Amino acid sequence: MSKNIILNKKEIDIILQRLACQLIENHQDFSNTILIGLQPRGKSLLNRLLEILNTSYNISNINHGLLDITFYRDDFRRNEKILEANTTDNLEVEGKSVVFIDDVLFTGRTIRAALTAIETFGRPKNIELLILIDRRFSRHLPIQPDYRGRQIDVYDNQKVIVNWSDDQGDDCVYIINKL
Amino acid sequence: MNELSVNHLLGIKHLNIDDLNLIFKTADHFKEVINRSIKKVPSLRDVTIANLFFENSTRTKLSFELAEKRLSADVINFSSSQSSVKKGETLIDTVNNILSMKVDMVVLRHPNPGAAILLANNVNATIINAGDGPNEHPTQALLDSYSIIEKIGDLKNRNILIVGDISHSRVALSNIYALQLQGANVMVCGPKTLIPKYLHKLGVKVEHNFIKALEWCDVVNMLRLQNERMSNSFFPSVREYVQQYGLTLDILNSLDKEIYVMHPGPINRGVEISSDVADSKNSIILDQVENGVAIRMAVIYLLAQKKPLKK
Repeated sequence: MSKNIILNKKEIDIILQRLACQLIENHQDFSNTILIGLQPRGKSLLNRLLEILNTSYNISNINHGLLDITFYRDDFRRNEKILEANTTDNLEVEGKSVVFIDDVLFTGRTIRAALTAIETFGRPKNIELLILIDRRFSRHLPIQPDYRGRQIDVYDNQKVIVNWSDDQGDDCVYIINKL
Repeated sequence: MNELSVNHLLGIKHLNIDDLNLIFKTADHFKEVINRSIKKVPSLRDVTIANLFFENSTRTKLSFELAEKRLSADVINFSSSQSSVKKGETLIDTVNNILSMKVDMVVLRHPNPGAAILLANNVNATIINAGDGPNEHPTQALLDSYSIIEKIGDLKNRNILIVGDISHSRVALSNIYALQLQGANVMVCGPKTLIPKYLHKLGVKVEHNFIKALEWCDVVNMLRLQNERMSNSFFPSVREYVQQYGLTLDILNSLDKEIYVMHPGPINRGVEISSDVADSKNSIILDQVENGVAIRMAVIYLLAQKKPLKK
């Protein structure tokens, strides 16, 4: 299967630095903010951003956690592929500024599910969305990111994969054709 | 593996170890969910579940109902005392009538062994056995194993003791199947009259000396006397039973090691277990009840997943 690489490690590093700066711009010392990685793919992006905020900008002890949306999906019993649930942390969101973090924004249904799931922990002050790759013209719902790494146009029969070196190989983003 | 090998939960006998592990893993997630301020997920909002209880039940019925509601299913309850069963209607007719109201899943408790299998073979709905006579009570065994694992970890080669009225207990049989599937050593203890003659053929150790049995085990599951199922006299008196098989704090403290004490409920305080043991730090009875909701949510969710919506 051919891979069309659209972002390499260096380009991802530059984008992550920019996203970290944008977060600082809006959240200053992050004292009333919680960064929430959406399971499973938002976890690595969350960790990268936390690392940059700590090492490059000396901002540590940022509230953060992971949220799994499996039980809040709108395709239960409709999707042939059965998805496994992942861990959700005990999230304190009452009155806080929440930033959802995920790797690819496609139809927006994952974010819709996350908006429902986060309510079960309390009532946040506001919710923002940070994504690395925004698939333009593919949304099923009126959902847009507040922080965007790169906006791309991809056919419906193609899939965008974000590979982190935590998994294997180098950081990169590539497109493959679905079988 | 991310789906069950079965379409109904009729008994532990029909499950494999992957099924058990999947149920436990899913229950972990639901246990986290039910400790949030909003304890509900929307997964089953298009599923209707009928709880058909042809026998009395308090905690199992409540636990199933709560699990169903926390999954956002629509729930209807049925009790045989208020139904047309009294007028001579058959079980299959009763259930088919209920199913024609667009019910997707049936949770069945029935005094006759095999009632759940009969329904699974004859009606078009997912069946969950909530206890069929003295045969099986699979969700109880699942929550028991889950509660033990929470305390002592992997059950492989661990020693689990079941004490009391083994002959009339569906909890005992389901527990034996579940524990053995996970590689645990199982021993039963009680008066000879309350232990089935051929139980050793299941690979279960049988011991009639209560103290010896307690010294062997890591966890003891104390069962109550199922007086409602006893047609004869199986022991001279309750007083004598208590003297030989009642668990007291003195006995627990006299053991060389700490063991965990379980009970599926309802407890007869002062009979199979004394009050101070039931309320002691060794007791995980209330953990069992809490875990019951998470386990039942997992079972219902995983079975619902097996039946995709018609497009």
